[in-house]
Amino acid sequence: MRIEQTVSARDAPGLRHTTHHRVFWLLVAILIATPVSIVLLQIGSAALAPRSDAWAHLAEFVLPRVIGNTVWLVIGVTLSAAALGTVLAWLTAVCEFPGRRFLAWALLLPLAIPGYVLAFVLVGMLEYSGPVQTLGREIFGPDLAIPAIRSRGGVILVLTLCLYPYVYLIARNAFQTQGMRALEIGQSMGLSIRSGFFRIALPLARPWIAGGALLVAMETLADFGTVSVFNYDTFTTAIYQAWFGLFSLESAMQLASILVLFVFVIVVLEQRLRARADFAATGSQGTGLGRLRLGRKSAFAATGFGFLVLALGFVIPFCQLIVWTFGSGSEFDARFFGYVWQTLVVASLGALLTTVVAVCLAYAVRNRGGPARWLARWATLGYALPGTVLAVGVFAPIVTLNNTVQELLVRAIGPGAPQILLQSTLVAMLLAYLIRFLAVAHSPVESNLLRITRSLDENSRILGVSGWQMLRRVHLPILRGGVLAAFTLTFVDIMKEMPITLMTRPFGWETLAVRVFEMTSEGEWARASAPAVAIVLVGLIPVITLTRGSSRVD
Amino acid sequence: MWIELRGVSHEYGGRRNLVDVSLRLEKGDIGCLVGPSGAGKTSVLRCVAGFEDVCGGEILANDRVLSRPGLTVAPEHRQFGMVFQDYALLPHLNVLDNVRFGLHALARSARRSRALEVIEMVGLGDVLQSYPRELSGGQQQRVALARALAPRPRLLLLDEPFSNLDVELRQHLSAEVREILKHLGITALMVTHDQAEAFAVADRVGVLRDGRIEQWDAPYNLYHSPASRFVAEFIGQGVFVAGQMTELGRVRLELGEMDGELNREFPAGTDVDVLLRPDDIVHDHDSTLRAEVCGKSFRGSDILYSLCLPSGDHVLAAVPSHHNLQVGEHIGIRLQAEHVVVFPRPRED
Repeated sequence: MRIEQTVSARDAPGLRHTTHHRVFWLLVAILIATPVSIVLLQIGSAALAPRSDAWAHLAEFVLPRVIGNTVWLVIGVTLSAAALGTVLAWLTAVCEFPGRRFLAWALLLPLAIPGYVLAFVLVGMLEYSGPVQTLGREIFGPDLAIPAIRSRGGVILVLTLCLYPYVYLIARNAFQTQGMRALEIGQSMGLSIRSGFFRIALPLARPWIAGGALLVAMETLADFGTVSVFNYDTFTTAIYQAWFGLFSLESAMQLASILVLFVFVIVVLEQRLRARADFAATGSQGTGLGRLRLGRKSAFAATGFGFLVLALGFVIPFCQLIVWTFGSGSEFDARFFGYVWQTLVVASLGALLTTVVAVCLAYAVRNRGGPARWLARWATLGYALPGTVLAVGVFAPIVTLNNTVQELLVRAIGPGAPQILLQSTLVAMLLAYLIRFLAVAHSPVESNLLRITRSLDENSRILGVSGWQMLRRVHLPILRGGVLAAFTLTFVDIMKEMPITLMTRPFGWETLAVRVFEMTSEGEWARASAPAVAIVLVGLIPVITLTRGSSRVD
Repeated sequence: MWIELRGVSHEYGGRRNLVDVSLRLEKGDIGCLVGPSGAGKTSVLRCVAGFEDVCGGEILANDRVLSRPGLTVAPEHRQFGMVFQDYALLPHLNVLDNVRFGLHALARSARRSRALEVIEMVGLGDVLQSYPRELSGGQQQRVALARALAPRPRLLLLDEPFSNLDVELRQHLSAEVREILKHLGITALMVTHDQAEAFAVADRVGVLRDGRIEQWDAPYNLYHSPASRFVAEFIGQGVFVAGQMTELGRVRLELGEMDGELNREFPAGTDVDVLLRPDDIVHDHDSTLRAEVCGKSFRGSDILYSLCLPSGDHVLAAVPSHHNLQVGEHIGIRLQAEHVVVFPRPRED
């Protein structure tokens, strides 16, 4: 006799059930990949739209200078940040000199200072009426000639000091895995240390250095705050001007489409490089036995150079900020806490949204694989899109959507229909954050999710723990760290973010970054410093986490 | 609980990777599946566990249908235990909590004492509070076993449970696991690629090949009367040599006539292949039959010689290790087999 159990549909995951499940997760992935696609479609269609008068003005007076400025800036910053990052990475990873251990992590500190903050501090310090020139004139007399800081060289210097850590971090990892091995191979073949570096160590680390340099290029293209302080016109400032100066969203999008082309080139290079770097991975950790001991003179030079970079990139600007914050003319009062509050609100909301979406995306990839994996790569490409591009690319579709809905409402209810104004809510801003920072949140979540193997799930099911119980007792505890990291990283990034917030915020919404922009564009350095200090302090959180991770390797 | 598979078939990615698999395990028996990689061993286990749907046949336990086409009782409703190849320990829980994980059916107060009981049984009493990453591979394996046993499963499934351990530990643990399972009277089905392990643990062993069961039998029978050439070659060592059936129902070889028990009958004069195990050939100083040593491998208590017969055929012989000959020397040998395994010679064309 055979007794068949009564089984509900849930108990018998037949083929149909599995198919539904797969379709569901595919839809989730498609949904998540939609916003970035809409933005790119919007920008693309604007590029093909007929040109307006505003465009004629831009093409004649703005475009030639902007293209030149942008190209020179990207080349200058990328090359100098790559060189600086590589040298510092080599020194701290392989050589031995006084202060090496300290510098190894301290050289990451400039990551905490956004470009626009470093820019206004240096400009404030070095301009004609600033403390440096004043002191110089007192000592050397009134004819002292210091090259103007507000120049192409100045912007390149500031962005280099802010962005070299990208190269430094990656190149240091590469050199550390090589250890002394590369040099020893060279010596065994009769090469001097010097040619061993250039002919073995450097070529081995090249894919990583180049990867870091391309990130720097991407950030430089996206930069808005730094170049604004210097009044150095690039695509990002031109987009802002077109929209807020010429009131032509159309031409702003047309400018954005050209910028997207630049970005596209860099993304393609980066993706190709990444594939190659995976291939060239050298595997085992270097023996770590011994470091290259520098002679007295070179050791002194290395220490001095390291501390100089640290001083310029972090210590001096930070001290100056503190001095301004607690000096006269600072804005350290009730208004300040208002900005803090509004910043906390958008950063928390944005980080929460981005983290939740990142978790959904990671699960879609886990449960669907294949096409979902491609969609995830597409969705996380948003990190490459400059904030200004995202601002215009998100704003325009939302206006269209708003007007369509309004029209439908009026048609349905009549002229008494309620007014809706989506573009004056936080929606556009949050969507733009989501697109830009999804990659930041996705990677820690994904790497934690990989730790939940199929056998963990199956073990849990066979022990009778399934569904929500399994999510609560197995997945949540393992994912917690990654989710927390994702939230923190996006929170900090949103807090530092300037152009998206500036261009898509609801009227009267003032965050710390926006306040910094407003004050610096009026040359009120002291008034900008309190919000800047707050941004830097919060920015230190991920840097400290990062240095903990990297010092453990030491 | 007994379990039976009747003609089970399974598809994966549109490909049929289990075909008509039948086997039966009585209550308290330990079964073991062996076979080359890709033969479908793990698929059988996953179908029994309920992770995979079957597309033909049925799986029964105590007369209840667990799986048939269109119906799969979910794993969480089968009350089975499973030990995974990677142990699948929860990284955020210590040993005690890992073992307690599946004990939700018990009253809260009973959970701890049951967990402690099982942990004691596998000998982990002194690492209760340790986390999986702090344990050695063997200890992790024991935690996985304890966790699977704690809820008193009706059937225990083991998926290559010892494959990540070194050889010595593997032998030690497999003997220990058999003892524990026999002591508890638990029915178990294990997958392994190591036949020595299968022989050490199992009451019944199944040899799988390309998704089919070639033979499901006691270890002794697998070795001495394999059902197919594949099983004969896969289980144990040995080589096939050419022979011919005689009038008396014996087999004539180059080495002489064999008069052991035949695995099946053939008409006289049939050309056959005879399986010669290393222990079927013994060293005999006085034998007129001599073979040249063309390879040797020292195994401690004996030496496995590869011998070259005058005809050019090769055979293996296990000889006590004090007979230490060099390659190229000659050795006197004699056939001594109680079981004679014969297969019809495949037609060459």
